[in-house]
Amino acid sequence: MVPNEIFDNYLPVALLTIIGFVFVGISLFMSRMVRPSNKTDEKLSTYECAEAPIGDARIHFNIQYYMVVLVFLIFDVVILFLYPWAVRFKDIGALGFFEMLIFIEVMIIGLAYAWRKEALEWLQ
Amino acid sequence: MLYSGMWTGDTMTNAYELIINILTAIGVYDTIFGVFKSYGMEFVLKLIIVLVTLAVLFGFVLVTVMFLTWMERKVAAMVQSRYGPMVTGPRGLLQPVMDGIKLIGKEDIVPAKADRFVFNLAPYLAFVPAILVFVPLPFGESLIISDLRVGLLYIIAISALSPISILLAGWASNNKYTLLAAMRAVAQDISYTLPLALTAIAVVMLTGSLSTVDIVNAQSGTWFGIIPKWFIFLQPLAFILFLIASIAEMGRIPFDFQESESELIAGFFTEYSGMKFAMYFLAEYAHLFAVSGILVTIFLGGWNGPVLPGIPVVITSLVYFILKTYAVVFFAMWLRDTVPRIRIDQLLNIGWKIMIPLALLNLIVTGFLITAGVMR
Repeated sequence: MVPNEIFDNYLPVALLTIIGFVFVGISLFMSRMVRPSNKTDEKLSTYECAEAPIGDARIHFNIQYYMVVLVFLIFDVVILFLYPWAVRFKDIGALGFFEMLIFIEVMIIGLAYAWRKEALEWLQ
Repeated sequence: MLYSGMWTGDTMTNAYELIINILTAIGVYDTIFGVFKSYGMEFVLKLIIVLVTLAVLFGFVLVTVMFLTWMERKVAAMVQSRYGPMVTGPRGLLQPVMDGIKLIGKEDIVPAKADRFVFNLAPYLAFVPAILVFVPLPFGESLIISDLRVGLLYIIAISALSPISILLAGWASNNKYTLLAAMRAVAQDISYTLPLALTAIAVVMLTGSLSTVDIVNAQSGTWFGIIPKWFIFLQPLAFILFLIASIAEMGRIPFDFQESESELIAGFFTEYSGMKFAMYFLAEYAHLFAVSGILVTIFLGGWNGPVLPGIPVVITSLVYFILKTYAVVFFAMWLRDTVPRIRIDQLLNIGWKIMIPLALLNLIVTGFLITAGVMR
């Protein structure tokens, strides 16, 4: 009966996704019916505190957190592995705990390494 | 074996079954069901009932958001010794309605240099995840849209979608301020998702289930008849970390890098106006309420509270949940009006060098205490 139950449980999720999109669409459409539209070149220019914008925003620049994102990706996957373990934690007993302790240990060493290599610093 | 744990747990009643129970109690359900069955369309009836529950949820969220915008101004006014909105309606309660009307009538500007498609798509992607988070949120005994067995994981996953819309909005606007705000917001969001997920794991270890209903049920009862069995007392460190991380997830002061009004105009939605701006506003406050609700569910006992004789549990539990959630919301608003913004490098340092090690430590200590049989 599991597949049926999944369907029952996730039906509201699917419907709410559709409702959400439709709601935003309808509100934007309603507003289009009512609002004025008087576009001028100044209005359509990029907002830069009333100055004429200098250059384009899409240039090469240091996004600073590239290394942080790499570390994040690894950690996120590791954390995902921790969830099923946590759900079954009370059943698997001490052995399961110490096995996972090794896993977390590796994670801590990884964090310490990233820290030591200054991957977590904002100013690179 | 390890993975089958995802599928354990009892099927609890949800809002869908509540409606069926009410209809049966009135005595009309069998008639309605018979009508639909005679056409072979039981599924349509199910769809209608689910849609009714979703409509109630949607209405509740919209009213809550309106109330929260009013409350935000009133709390700010209280802190700054002034009145706040007072003119429209009693004590300015109708101010959000007027704001809505005003925003509908505002001209919609798409900057000439912007990427039109992405620019228009971003408000949709901001609003939909904000409302989707409410599906496994238990508002009260059996007042839950759907008790997902992976509820907690679902909540964390859906809230992790918000950086996508922020990044899209910031990039599509083709504005330096929005781009900077978006980059900062993403750095912040990813840094604080980790402690959020790690502290939630410690709670899952105690409950043995990811279902939000199971988590709330695990917190029913008291120790020595006085102290409620809330996880805040078993996991004080996890509670503090989760609170800080969730305030960062909401993007509120002291972690409001996606907005930072004094530096980046209005952050990533600088170029948005009219209804698209309103969508971001709705999403932000819906998220504030949802995250507060999650905090209450995980650490503050959810809808648990003293049972009052004579009043249905459905109503008392809803009142307890709402009261607790508004207490957390009030705390977040209070914080906004009293604490300065921290610096971006400090933000990353707190996230990676203090909160994640502490969360890991909390995880190990919790695991050790449970294995030793001290905590259960």
